[in-house]
Order: sequence, then C-alpha cells, then structure tokens
Amino acid sequence: MTKDAKDRVIYLTTPLTVDKRVRLQAGDRVLLSGKIYTARDAAHKRLLDQISNGQSLPFALQDQVIYYVGPAPARPGRVIGPAGPTTSYRMDRYTPELLDRGLSGMIGKGDRSPEVVAAMKRNQAVYFCATGGAAALLAQSIVRSEIIAYEDLGPEAIRVLTVREMPLIVAIDAYGNNLYEEGIRQFSQE
Amino acid sequence: MRIIDAKTITDAVRQIFLDISCKLADDVATAMESAWQQEKSQRGKTILRQLLDNDRICRKTGDCVCQDTGMSILFVEVGQDVHIEGNFEEAVNQGVREAYTAGYLRKSIVEDPLYERKNTEDNTPAIIHTRLVQGDQIRIEALAKGFGSENMSAIRMMAPSAGEAGVLDFIVQTVKKAGANPCPPIVVGVGIGGDFESVAGLAKRATLRSVFSRSPDERYKQLEIKALQLINKTGIGPGGLGGTVTALAVNVEQAPTHIAGLPVAVNISCHAVRHGSVVI
Repeated sequence: MTKDAKDRVIYLTTPLTVDKRVRLQAGDRVLLSGKIYTARDAAHKRLLDQISNGQSLPFALQDQVIYYVGPAPARPGRVIGPAGPTTSYRMDRYTPELLDRGLSGMIGKGDRSPEVVAAMKRNQAVYFCATGGAAALLAQSIVRSEIIAYEDLGPEAIRVLTVREMPLIVAIDAYGNNLYEEGIRQFSQE
Repeated sequence: MRIIDAKTITDAVRQIFLDISCKLADDVATAMESAWQQEKSQRGKTILRQLLDNDRICRKTGDCVCQDTGMSILFVEVGQDVHIEGNFEEAVNQGVREAYTAGYLRKSIVEDPLYERKNTEDNTPAIIHTRLVQGDQIRIEALAKGFGSENMSAIRMMAPSAGEAGVLDFIVQTVKKAGANPCPPIVVGVGIGGDFESVAGLAKRATLRSVFSRSPDERYKQLEIKALQLINKTGIGPGGLGGTVTALAVNVEQAPTHIAGLPVAVNISCHAVRHGSVVI
C-alpha cells in the first residue's frame, strides 16, 4: 500500500464530496483548493458544547474539511501569519461526533485514535497531514482568511480559509489505511 | 558593584525572541541539510526540503518559522556584583510582551491551566529560572518552546539497577510513543540524576546545546551516540511518515543524585530549537 517516490499528485477541491474521498489512498500527495475551516482545541470544545445544547453550529459540516491550526498574527498587508498544522490527537475526543454529523476531512499532523479511524471508515472520511513546522510555506497557499466564530479565542477562533493548492499528504484514507503505521513499518530497522 | 537598568534587560529579552523565532539556528540549518542528504525515504526528503524552504521564506519575509512561537522560557545567570534597578521579573516579561507583539508572534499562554484557559494575549508570564553566579554580568539564555514537542516529553524515576540499558530503552520508548506528534526530525534532551524537579531542567537545558556538541564525558558521549542510533532505527522519519532521520541529536546532561535514585527526563524539541543567548 505505501508508495514512495512515485506517489501520484491529486488536485482536489472542496467541498469534499464522497465521490472524491473514496478515490484517495493513504500516501497520495494532494494539492487542495477551496474553502476550509480552522478549529483547534478550544473551538472543538465549543462546537461540541453547542451540539449537546442543541444549538446550530457556526458552519455546516457536510462535506467540509477542518484544518487544525492556530495561525500567527498576519503582518500588515498579508492574508494570514504562518499557519502550520497542530497535533491532531488532542481533537480525537471530539472528532467522531463531527464525522457522524457530516464532516468529511481533517488536516493536521500525527496519528489518530482507533475511535477516530473507525468513525472515518463509517463515514468515508479522509485525514490529511501537512508538514509540521512548515508554517510560512503553508501560509503561502492561503489566499483568504476570515474569522466566522469565537473571535474571543484569538488564535483559536474559527476561520474560513480559501486555499490554493495547499500541499498535503493523505495520512489515513476512507478505508482506514494508515500511512503513519505503514511508513514507519517500511523504514523500521528494529 | 555594577548597576544595570531593568530596561536593558527588557531590550535584550525582546531582541532575543525576535531573533530566534524567525529563522533556524545555524547548527540546525546545517544538520537539516545533511539530514536531507542522508534520508532514504523520498517522502521524508520532500518533508525535509519543505522545512528548509520554510526557513528560506522566513529569512526573506521575517515570518516566524512556526505558528507555535512557544512558551517563553529563560535561564538567567545574575552576577552577584550586579544591582538591578527596577523589577527584574517584570522587565523580562515586558521584553516577552514587546517581542511577541512587534514580531507578529502568536500569543499562546492561558492564564488558568484547567478551567477558564483564557489567553493572556501577550505570551506572558514567561518561565524564568534565575541562578546567582560570580561576576558583574547577566547572562540570559532564552528558549521559545512549542508544545507539540513539549507534550511528548516524559520523566521516569528509575531504579539504579535499570542501568544504561534501562535509560536507553526509556529514551527510545518515549520517542516511539511521540511518533509524528513532535514534528520530527527532533532534538532530544535527556537529563539523568538530580531529583524529580531538577532532572526536567537538565533535560531542557540539554536541548539548548548545539546539535553537533557531544558530552565532554566519554561515557555520556557514547550514550548520546547509542541513543541517536537507536532512535534513527525506529523508522519514524521526517514528519513521522517513515524514514531514516528521526532525530538530529541526542544531548545528555547528568547530575549527582540520591543513592536510591536514577531520575531520567526526556525533553523533546522539534527540529527548530529556537534558542539564543546574550550577555549584559
């Protein structure tokens, strides 16, 4: 399953409808364009609180992608500051519920819990990784940014970003194939 | 006695954080280039190239290398012949405040850790370790520590019988458990000895050493080399997606400890160990 030098590059546009999701395989390089939503720890907690209180969410989840990021402040004249992925496992507690409500993809870094992977398979969702630490490089693919909720959370507010050819890799596909496990197995000399 | 105005400390702290946040340290940049040469995974090479490109972009634009510009940690050695005019800790925090505002650095500190978790909006308070030393100078070493890697750190109070094998196993298991989370390639700081509290400090200080420096004690130097070899056999690789370069260096610092104890701390840093120092 794990591919290496000959990885294919796939141009993908949001919303990530199921027909697009099922064609992706762990290891695929993706250049993602369209609108995506930012949310990290505090925003996830609020989203889930709103769900349990029966309130409507600040954006419709169906076929959408959440990017786990808390960007640095934008310099004058710039769209956004450096904006690399934060570690995804901290959102694991909240993610299955969001997937079951229509969320179709996440962008972050690091492996996910078995519960998240099960919910991804159940909903044919995809988890992408972006390169942790490549924050300024990734920000270059963000062409628009607007805060749409939880402004008081500062860097943790929910933003809608418009991205153009954001470089990602499919880390876990809709079938549960996991590049973190397969890649490490391939190079382990233990 | 030498009189140093608190404002001088503020200015020094401000300048260090502005300098360290927006480019890779020279030793790290060199190590990353050779990591790119050595890496056997094509995917791993691509990730290393992205990180090198990121550094190049930041050197041109003045952007911070990572959006997590970290918690501000300072190790300050104050000469006992210095008199500081003004409030020392407030001066340090003011330097942090100014740097994180002027440098468009992210403010990542929450006031209460468990309940409100409200952002202080200026990245203060900093963590300040102060030590009184001889002389009439102040030496400030500053670290901007991201929490993707900090969260992956661990302490274990081992039995002395665990020996070198036990220590090596703990280091490697900590790195394996961390996997992709701390943004590998990582720099691993290891503290051995002291007590529960000080061993963590040893590990953190160890991350501040150059990735090319080896322990002056031959036995600990060999321990550093062995640990690095074992870590790079795990297969975690750049970005944790598989590869042969998982860590750039393992730096070990040791200290005397109790007859019953062998405290070991592993403090993990991402490749961008953002640190710098200045002498006033």
